[in-house]
Amino acid sequence: MQEFAVILVSSILINNYVLVQFLGLCPFMGVSNKLESAIGMAAATTFVLTLTAMASYIVNAMVLEPLGLIYLRTIAFILVIAAVVQFTKMFIEKTSPLLYRVLGVFLPLITTNCAVLGVALQNTSKDLNFVQSSLYGFGAGAGFSLVLIFFSAMRERLAAADVPESFKGAAIAMITAGLMSLAFMGFSGLV
Amino acid sequence: MAFKQVSSPHAHAAQNTAQVMKLVLLATIPGLVALTWQFGWGSFINVVLASVTAVCCEAAIVKMRGRSISFYLGDYSAVVTAVLLGLALPPLTPWWIVVVGTVSSIVVAKQLYGGLGYNPFNPAMVGYVVLLISFPIQMTTWVAPLALLPAGTAHPGLMESLQIVFAGYSPADGVTGATPLDVFKHSSGLLVDQVYDREPLFNQAMFAGAGWEWVNLGFLLGGIVLLTQRIFTWHGPVGMLGALALMSIIFWDSGSSSSPGSPLMHLFSGASMMGAFFILTDPVSSAVSNRGRLIFGILIGILVYVIRAWGNYPDAVAFAVLIANFAAPFIDNYTLPRTYGHTDRRRATEKEEG
Repeated sequence: MQEFAVILVSSILINNYVLVQFLGLCPFMGVSNKLESAIGMAAATTFVLTLTAMASYIVNAMVLEPLGLIYLRTIAFILVIAAVVQFTKMFIEKTSPLLYRVLGVFLPLITTNCAVLGVALQNTSKDLNFVQSSLYGFGAGAGFSLVLIFFSAMRERLAAADVPESFKGAAIAMITAGLMSLAFMGFSGLV
Repeated sequence: MAFKQVSSPHAHAAQNTAQVMKLVLLATIPGLVALTWQFGWGSFINVVLASVTAVCCEAAIVKMRGRSISFYLGDYSAVVTAVLLGLALPPLTPWWIVVVGTVSSIVVAKQLYGGLGYNPFNPAMVGYVVLLISFPIQMTTWVAPLALLPAGTAHPGLMESLQIVFAGYSPADGVTGATPLDVFKHSSGLLVDQVYDREPLFNQAMFAGAGWEWVNLGFLLGGIVLLTQRIFTWHGPVGMLGALALMSIIFWDSGSSSSPGSPLMHLFSGASMMGAFFILTDPVSSAVSNRGRLIFGILIGILVYVIRAWGNYPDAVAFAVLIANFAAPFIDNYTLPRTYGHTDRRRATEKEEG
């Protein structure tokens, strides 16, 4: 139990994929304008992250390692991620056409979310077992969701701020993300 | 004869931003006096230096934006930020630490977002965290409290303090020391009673930590004055101090070597009282509704305890406040008060469904 808690706290707060490891910044900046779409994106990304962490573990342990094809790891993982994202896309299209329209191009772009590939690769380099890997994937997704949702609520407020002309839009969002990253450094050493 | 239609309230005392800010400045005086009494002139120099820097920065940015300098400086908000930062910084720290921190506070955390009323993070705490991460050595060197100075010595006088701050003279032996939270963090091999016996910071103290208890009492006094003047509501401070006390009671295992410390020590050490009454009550960067502020305060109290007890940093008010600032818009989104005329909570601008 304690081990699972450590994995979750570590992947959600201490090694937060967005604010500490700086992975997955594109959707973090791209889909954080509205709270509703951010919540949808967060759920979709968490789903994809958990599923790819499981699938990439299986592919790595059952296919790549027995066949001695470890050098194909990156390319195989990208293939796995693309398949999972395609599945998620079809799933959302059928269950929630509205969310599908809101997310638009960012949904297929989860494929290129560096956090997804990052989690898959880090899991293999850390030598985790199946349960640990999937928990890591879920934790990474939960951490991503946490900061994406908080950030989008904050950006809704920033939209009304009297920001100097040269800092409007992406610039002030980047500065905000930087300050948030500073705040997250307070979690270091927690486990 | 025409009657002007005026909505309620009909009798009210107009209170503008400048008056509120001046009252906050006055309320910091007990804390500043306690700091100067227990730790020498350092904090006083910090406060003055930070205020001058803050006013210059604010004036420069406002000028660059082509706005009225007298209007923006007249609300005293830059001075309040600077004073709070100056009080939080270690006494006798080099002058450039104070200047770098104040510039980060005023320019990055406040003016880039459009000035007072728009900053999502508490400016003073942004300045503090920037400094803590960039210059950890200078930021964790505190001055020893009055009771711990070697017999027959005193804190450096005003002239000597100025030389230490501006000319880089090193203070005399025994003048610098650790903080109670620092000592506690680095004595994990000892039972709490042993720490209290051995460390002069604790055995010279009345109930929490030599010197620090007075500083916290000073801020508590100032905070209660502000509360009675209704500058802020009780929700934030009570939420934070209550959560901090509750957490430290739950994890207080009556003094084993891994105990994170007694509730009294947590409430009256470090920046607890200053954070509760002067930092998280910032109306701009905290949550808006009363329920939201209570949640906001509780979140800070829990985070302060978690980082103090298990994190790398001995004190955590600055980090906890920034993380809670980050969560505040989200908290607001789910703690909307009921608008008049509606039965459920909704935005005033939201349309009725159906």
